[in-house]
Amino acid sequence: MKLAIRNGRVVDPASKVDGRADVFVDDGRIVAIGTAPHGFSAERTLDATGLIVAPGLVDLCARMREPGADGALKVESHAALAGGITGVVCPPDTDPPLDEPGLVRMLRQRSREAAGARLYPLGALTAGLGGEALAEIETLAEVGCVAFAQTGSLPHDNSVLLQAMRYARTFDLPLWLRPVEDTLAGRGVAAAGAVAARLGLASVPDVAETVALHTVFELQRATGARIHLCRLSSSNGVELVRRAKREGLPVTCDVGIHHVHLIDVDIGYFDSNFRLDPPLRTSRDRDAIRTGLADGTIDAICSDHTPVDEDMKQVPFGEAESGEQAIEFVNESKPNLVLMDINLPGMNGLECTRILKSQHPEVAVFVITSNNAENYRAAAIEAGASEYIPKSQIRKELVRILSRHS
Amino acid sequence: MAEVGRHPQLNRNGELHHLLSIEELPRAILERILTTADSFINLAEREVKSVPLLRGRSVFNLFFENSTRTRTTFEIAARRLSADVFNLDITRSSTAKGESLLDTINNLTAMQADMFVVRHASSGAPYLIARHVAPHVHVINAGDGRHAHPTQGLLDMYTIRHYKRDFTQLTVAIVGDILHSRVARSAIHGLTTLGVPEVRAVGPLTLLPGGLEQLGVRVCTRLEDGIRGADVIIMLRLQNERMKGALLPSAQEYFRNYGLTPEKLQLARTDAIVMHPGPMNRGVEIDSHVADGTQSVILPQVTFGIAVRMAVLALVSSSQRMQ
Repeated sequence: MKLAIRNGRVVDPASKVDGRADVFVDDGRIVAIGTAPHGFSAERTLDATGLIVAPGLVDLCARMREPGADGALKVESHAALAGGITGVVCPPDTDPPLDEPGLVRMLRQRSREAAGARLYPLGALTAGLGGEALAEIETLAEVGCVAFAQTGSLPHDNSVLLQAMRYARTFDLPLWLRPVEDTLAGRGVAAAGAVAARLGLASVPDVAETVALHTVFELQRATGARIHLCRLSSSNGVELVRRAKREGLPVTCDVGIHHVHLIDVDIGYFDSNFRLDPPLRTSRDRDAIRTGLADGTIDAICSDHTPVDEDMKQVPFGEAESGEQAIEFVNESKPNLVLMDINLPGMNGLECTRILKSQHPEVAVFVITSNNAENYRAAAIEAGASEYIPKSQIRKELVRILSRHS
Repeated sequence: MAEVGRHPQLNRNGELHHLLSIEELPRAILERILTTADSFINLAEREVKSVPLLRGRSVFNLFFENSTRTRTTFEIAARRLSADVFNLDITRSSTAKGESLLDTINNLTAMQADMFVVRHASSGAPYLIARHVAPHVHVINAGDGRHAHPTQGLLDMYTIRHYKRDFTQLTVAIVGDILHSRVARSAIHGLTTLGVPEVRAVGPLTLLPGGLEQLGVRVCTRLEDGIRGADVIIMLRLQNERMKGALLPSAQEYFRNYGLTPEKLQLARTDAIVMHPGPMNRGVEIDSHVADGTQSVILPQVTFGIAVRMAVLALVSSSQRMQ
């Protein structure tokens, strides 16, 4: 079919076109912009007066809910298409995470069948996104993953991040990282500042982002890995990226669309529609993000589309910190045994153990952790834990210990 | 469910319909609550301690977090107004069984509740409830997370007014764990609204949230600087779980630096009063000689608390429907 799109404003950054022009399409291919090719006779003409005619947009982050929710991919990818988005990068924080070639093959197959927006899957950087062992990223790249991501925050363990960068550099694969140092971010639900102070919300300080950025850049200098930074949120963060780019580090970055328009004040009276990750920051941060977009420091805006159940928004804006919640829970439910993770947001597991044991010496606490270092074992025992169990052996060890106790 | 943009606490006539926070309430409403409390203060000394203002109304005390003290004072206040009072201790473990917060509210509304007194561990939870309830139902925040404890703030204001009369000449120091304290936030809003020219927040930097200055307070990191020349000192409770760890090394070191002793109290004005929301940790934030001393008004605070809560219950229940 021959199609003419007339009188639109044609915007195509790749060919540096921005102006009023007609576009001529023959059998799904653009055959000319400007004047019709010789002998072109349109079977259909669209009047695009007042509209923008542009190539399909690519969204660098939209969750398609598959694997996890069967059938969701078709709905989501057609919704994207309806919005002019023809390509979607989907992050690996699915259920299960995208860490196996079989899953990626299946996902791509379903995407072809859905015939919606084109899918560009990100593979999990670490097995199960656990932040400990590398996933088979070279094989995942082979089956179609465009890059590899650790979602949520940087891996807890800097040596894992260092090795991941080295390994990725070996095959020249790019990594997509969230510049969040989660020991500093804790379980904060609002950016640190006057709004969080006023509303009494647990807050995320700026340094949770800047410390992570410094870590990433320093490891990049050591390894030369290509990095894309996802969801920058602070003014100081934008400045660090600007300097890294000036220095010549192979880095790109994006922001979520919300952070271009909204600020912490929009939370209003605890409106849970504005509970975002990263949290909304001040107007100064928003202005820095806009400047960063204008001067090219920030390369892309993404939707960060995350379908959330309406029910999930019908809960209080911020929950109490987990360590404190754990203590309160023990106070009320008086269990015999507590399995304690070291990596708790807010108050950490060791601190929590110490307080639990001082208030409830009769409760047994087993510390479970992914960290095998001996000094942690000593610290856990010193805090009052009666056992220290690596996560990898939890089933075996629990059975052994419990059968000994009973 | 009402739209989000509406004022969360006042109805169209500007009357107090819910009490969720002292912040954004007009000074006239705070003064009205304090004046109304005056009329209830002598009731306790009468032989018949109740008035029939809330006869036939059902007040549900909905405590998602334990607090015997606050719940009891609300219960006494509601009973003295002749309301029917129902206490529900809905602790975290039972909500963990699956019923959502709003389902709980729906169920109780079906039992013809007229008023909910809510204590919840999450900042903002009473706002969610207030947006959800039927237009004739009132919600009173009895403490939400770190956010607000407005009736405590109001009883603090009542106490200060009782002893100092004029707010506009005072220097008030709030000392301790400001970061986690809903009592501190409510006191700050109450004091600044009522015209106190100098409010100081005193504590180590680990317990002071960023952006505090924008609430209209002066931040002091040393107790001596904070209480020098003060007319009123509000000491905050230090929770057990904060006493060791990354925020503070020990209760002993906290007491050395921020504990209010008779010697340090001499830095304040000679007629300064000392307040505390209770329960106190003697020897942690406050020395027993101060807690039991002549400048302490900690027990009168509790007595005033009942009258202030009666005033709040009476005022909100007399407001028009929220529309």
